[in-house]
Amino acid sequence: MERREFLKGLLGTGAVATATTAEASVQRHREPAADAIGMLYDATLCIGCKACVVACREVNHLEPEGTLHDRQTELNCNTKNVIKLYKDEADPSVFSFMKQQCMHCIDPGCVSACMIGAMHKEKGGLVAWDGDLCVGCRYCQVACPFQVPKFEWFQASPKIVKCELCKERLADGKQPGCTEVCPRKAVIFGKLDELKTEAHRRIAEQPNLYQPKVYGEEEAGGTQVLYLSHVPFEKLGLPTLDGTSIPYRSESVQHGVYQGMVTPVVLYAGLAAVVVKNWRKGEGEGEGPSDEKKEHTP
Amino acid sequence: MASTSSFDPSPIEALQALEQRGLDRRAFMKVVSAAAAAVGLPASLVPQMAQAAAVKKRPSVVWLHFQECTGCTESLLRPANPDIANVILDVISLDYHETLFAAAGYQIEKALKTAVEENAGKFVCIIEGAIPTKDNGIYCKIGGKTAVEIVNEVAGKAGAIIALGSCASFGGIPAASPDPTGAKGAPAVLAGKTVVTLPGCPTNPYNLLGVVLQFIAFGTLPALDSKGRPLFAYGRVIHEDCPRRPHFDAGRFALAFGDEGHRKGYCLYKLGCKGPSTHANCSLLHFGDVAGAWPIGIGHPCVGCTEQAIAFRVPLHDTVGIDRPTPPDQYPPIATDHESRVSPLATGIAGVAVGAVIGAVAIGASRLSKEPLKDEPKKEG
Amino acid sequence: MSAHAQPSPVGGKLLTPGYLLLLAVAAVGAGFSLWRFTKGLGPTTSMSDGYPWGIWIAFDVVTGTALGAGGYALAILVYVLNQGRYHPLIRGALVTTALGYTIASLSIVLDVGRWWQLWKLPFFVSHWNGNSALLEVALCVMSYTAVAWLEIATPVLGDYKGSKRNPKLAALAEKLHPALKKALPFVIALGVLLPTMHQSSLGTLMMLTARLHPLWHSQLLPLLFLISCIGMGYGGIILESTLSHRAFRRSVDSPLLSRLSKVVAGVMLGYVVLRLGDVVTRGALANASPGYVFLFGVELFLFAVPAFFLWSDLRKNAGVQFGAAFALVIAGALYRFDTYLVAYEPGNNWSYFPSVPELIMTFGLVATELAVYIFLIKRFPILGGRSSEPVT
Repeated sequence: MERREFLKGLLGTGAVATATTAEASVQRHREPAADAIGMLYDATLCIGCKACVVACREVNHLEPEGTLHDRQTELNCNTKNVIKLYKDEADPSVFSFMKQQCMHCIDPGCVSACMIGAMHKEKGGLVAWDGDLCVGCRYCQVACPFQVPKFEWFQASPKIVKCELCKERLADGKQPGCTEVCPRKAVIFGKLDELKTEAHRRIAEQPNLYQPKVYGEEEAGGTQVLYLSHVPFEKLGLPTLDGTSIPYRSESVQHGVYQGMVTPVVLYAGLAAVVVKNWRKGEGEGEGPSDEKKEHTP
Repeated sequence: MASTSSFDPSPIEALQALEQRGLDRRAFMKVVSAAAAAVGLPASLVPQMAQAAAVKKRPSVVWLHFQECTGCTESLLRPANPDIANVILDVISLDYHETLFAAAGYQIEKALKTAVEENAGKFVCIIEGAIPTKDNGIYCKIGGKTAVEIVNEVAGKAGAIIALGSCASFGGIPAASPDPTGAKGAPAVLAGKTVVTLPGCPTNPYNLLGVVLQFIAFGTLPALDSKGRPLFAYGRVIHEDCPRRPHFDAGRFALAFGDEGHRKGYCLYKLGCKGPSTHANCSLLHFGDVAGAWPIGIGHPCVGCTEQAIAFRVPLHDTVGIDRPTPPDQYPPIATDHESRVSPLATGIAGVAVGAVIGAVAIGASRLSKEPLKDEPKKEG
Repeated sequence: MSAHAQPSPVGGKLLTPGYLLLLAVAAVGAGFSLWRFTKGLGPTTSMSDGYPWGIWIAFDVVTGTALGAGGYALAILVYVLNQGRYHPLIRGALVTTALGYTIASLSIVLDVGRWWQLWKLPFFVSHWNGNSALLEVALCVMSYTAVAWLEIATPVLGDYKGSKRNPKLAALAEKLHPALKKALPFVIALGVLLPTMHQSSLGTLMMLTARLHPLWHSQLLPLLFLISCIGMGYGGIILESTLSHRAFRRSVDSPLLSRLSKVVAGVMLGYVVLRLGDVVTRGALANASPGYVFLFGVELFLFAVPAFFLWSDLRKNAGVQFGAAFALVIAGALYRFDTYLVAYEPGNNWSYFPSVPELIMTFGLVATELAVYIFLIKRFPILGGRSSEPVT
């Protein structure tokens, strides 16, 4: 058989095998688990009291950002939850508070990125970090569209730090620290489908107040932390994303090529066959397709 | 001393009985309610407290004085509206008090001995003042006995021990450097015993009233922290309940007595306020029946009189650290700024390295290009 | 007369002043790395939450492995496409590859925050996340490093069979070489499969982020990375072969290299067509800022112009060959730097430029690679070509 045709046939077989196995597991967006939990933050109710910021610090035993005051300005390795203020430059009477923490995506980019499953989803779909597995490669930071995971740059033994929905408290039957302490119920905890229903109910009740969308319902394939707001979401720093889950961007390729390792195995078989055949052609001369004669031994 | 009652009258009858003694019912209820609120007991229990206060056999109280200024006793006697002293003195049987008793000498010592023996295991022992321990405690002797001996003897038989004031709680002023008498608080001398400490200089009288009323009404003591202080009064630091806290959060401080900030009532932290480290409820109760009559309220920083580590040790105008910093009264913007990570030196080094490599390659390439061309061999099969 | 003289050690003094300088740079870099391990990445690098990946990833790993893809590119030519005439270049290329991947692996240990957990990666199979392109890169790089060393060690060891001057190596060769040689074709096939997988996956890595500028973020990232890597591999061979043969006074097979140049040119022109086509089809040029368009243009220029030179007859000029090969390597490096750093936009005024310690540690790693390379070609039969100097 002509070498060229052999190779062609090989690649063709590989392609067919790949195509037939590539399909079902790669999805543009996944459905949340049946027991999915989450939070709903209603920016119209938030008064910016920062009780949630203080509670998160205490519950998670995090270092304060300063000696006199605890000046948390953004998420970082000591801050898992922060309240920011948006003020319209033109009209200062238009303002909104914004609570920022992990979005606990339904199909997270960080979980897809993590080589060894240090970033993983736990009961209820909350996204947690496992220090026993993490090597500190920081790919999760690259993958997160909300720039949530933070790294302890100034530690010799650094951790990845982000909101984990107070999973120890949840195991004890309690609520996350922030939702428990909020005096206006601006951020509430509950089952994801109930939160979605409640969010839509509020929009229907006061359509002139709210933006006509629940942020997180479809963004990045859906997040388990939902937002309601009276100002446009991008003003609050929430990125504009379509309904495609972040992992789909690379899994469409990864699974396409590597699904079940079929293509690599087939490709290897073909390569090995070709190399061995060429090897035998050049056999007897020492080490392969060369017609050198040994002139001296070193 | 009033006679005891063997029946259990209704609250109305109990209050009528008090009225006969000349005690205004309204004032009485006011005091009991205030004490109940201070202790954190629900309003529904007030009638029970009132009844107990009015009716039960008045428990015996032995009040010991040692190295003290009597300020704690005075703070109890001062208020007039309502008249706490009368309430307290009518609901307890004060069987020994050096300041208030007319008796002296052998008579008063006999009263003490009798009260202790008759009510052993049931009386409340209130201790006011520090106890000197140096040189076998000779620096305070009453009736020939040292304070150490007295307190061990009396408190040893008490049903409840209350150390009133900073001096009795941890040594207070007598224990301040150089502490020539080895002054100690009651808990240090009565090692192993449960002592309710009510530090303060003076202690707010409502705190004492709350503890005493709870004990006589229910026979229990309030929840205490590791230093024996009732949590209802000493569970939070002044900083947490201070009316000037919004000024602290906004960064508005008085920097000198009489300056503009001081006149406007700004936070006194920078003048040395020990509020962030001092457990007490002064900002909630105030003193002397006058609203706003407490140190910070009148424009002087808290001196931390309830804290052993601070009181009479740390200079008045030295600032303390904040144990639990909280967010300031400012908000970060949505988009945070970050300082530049571009170092000119690094840029220079990188530029030199890249330039050197490119330069070397350019020179090499031009030299190589001067070599004669060599033809490629014909294509093999 | 055959110019394909059998590979032999270059010999000569190892500890020349230049070599000692290399060792000094390597030692300084090692010293700085101790600081990095004890104090963390924050004090020693410019990386931040905005830019979690810096030059240790973009240059040392991504560009470094592509530079070291010479062994891969040549193996395809020689062993798969059976172009045996390029065989004399293979040992030098394989050493470059093996060293390049070893240094890239060291860079990874330097870069990751919890490096003591790295051993778990190949063994904790039940924890492997099959969705992660980075896992595939990590496992492939680990395996390919081993494969590359096997590929070069086997023929070199074989040369020592029956050697009287090196009895220890001769004994080792007697024991190991037969099995190694039998396995070699299968190892070589692996050495073609593995880089195909991970060099393309290095492109897939950056598909996952939402912060890559549209001029670089594309569905074709894996293919573009693979093709440009092949070009960089061939370019690297031309560079390495020219430099080492001339530095150590061996004759250069210029006609061979100029044939290779034509192959490279073809591959690069294919890359340019794909890249331009992809960007135009997606309309990514439309809203791009002038700075990004310029950068994109420079990339394409650095690919296209040398490719034309290498296609034309000018490729027979050693200087043109050398300069064009270098430009291609720079082009591939620039493409990778742009994808990983320059066109990565974290917003919020984050900025990144390698810090001085970061640069020093990179120089240290490069110096280490050069020092080991020089040691190997001086002591072991790697380079071919007739020597213009007597071998000492």
